[in-house]
Amino acid sequence: MATLTDRRIVDCLVENGIGFATSVPCKQLAGVIELVENSKSILHVPSNKEDEGMGLCAGAYMGGIRSCIIMQNTALGVVVNSLATLIQFYRIPLPMLISYRGEIGEKVACQVEMALHTKAILNQLHIPAYHFRNVDQLEDLDSIIKHSYMCGKPVAILADAAFWRSAE
Amino acid sequence: MIRYDVLKAIAPIVRGRLVVCNIGSPSQELYEILDQPSNFYMLGTMGLCSSIGLGLALAQKSPVVAIEGDGSVLTNLATLSTIANNPADNFTLLIIDNGSYGSTGDQPTYAGRKTSLADVARACGCESVVECAAEQTADELEKALASGSMTIIVSKCESGNVDVPVIGMDPCVIRERFVGEINRLGEARAES
Ligand SMILES: [Mg+2]
Repeated sequence: MATLTDRRIVDCLVENGIGFATSVPCKQLAGVIELVENSKSILHVPSNKEDEGMGLCAGAYMGGIRSCIIMQNTALGVVVNSLATLIQFYRIPLPMLISYRGEIGEKVACQVEMALHTKAILNQLHIPAYHFRNVDQLEDLDSIIKHSYMCGKPVAILADAAFWRSAE
Repeated sequence: MIRYDVLKAIAPIVRGRLVVCNIGSPSQELYEILDQPSNFYMLGTMGLCSSIGLGLALAQKSPVVAIEGDGSVLTNLATLSTIANNPADNFTLLIIDNGSYGSTGDQPTYAGRKTSLADVARACGCESVVECAAEQTADELEKALASGSMTIIVSKCESGNVDVPVIGMDPCVIRERFVGEINRLGEARAES
């Protein structure tokens, strides 16, 4: 069931002209994905793997539709090459809404392993990353998305367990 | 026929059309045979040609031809299920299947052995799948474009590359002139 927080996120995507979204599921993102799937303004094409999703987003963007990817941080290891050689090399803006598994409050120990590398990978790729710990930080989402389009770069929004716990 | 001959045969058909072309030798050979602003050359990112093509086809109305290789499709095999489940009637996926990883020295792929990419595409739910001999590729591509429905063509050819230079164009230039053509074709469509 989508929450008010999920709705605020998807409304913000739509208000920024995002008309194409791809996703690989995460429990924490279930509500957002449900709303994106049902949105009349967004074409939602689920991906089997996140690098495939980067390709879909690049194609949709060149076709004139702003796109975004919804994914887990565990997949950042999967998309390093696609980010470097497609999204960054061709200078394609791409907001990445990422559930930040493995942070404080996580219940699955293995998730911590990729959490340890999450910010390091994003830093290494020079991708601006915004760590959301509380639902109040959602007020920055609009400017973060605008920033991505202003500079033609990918940006990462990392929403951790505390963020989703504070969801309304 | 090798890939270069197939590309030469289809060049008159893809002239003026939106083409997304696979990394390495396919893009380099196409660049030499028919460079045009409506070609999107992949300079990196193995496996994503069909995904870029599908995203582009879903986002706008002009026909899109994605020129893939067997090795590249094997890298991103699940793309065939995404394509099947999100059909775009302006999308044609041409897989030039030479049974080898051409750009890296013609090491054999599994598509040249037991794996049929056409069967995989059908099993994924793609409805219009054609496997043809290299010599038939131009005819099949023409038919696919005329059909107005999404088609996957698997063109079986011999392995081998032609010695052509690396593409020196800046990626942003490739993207900008490609987007320019997408917009021009879109406007022409809106006027007619
Ligand atoms: Mg090959």
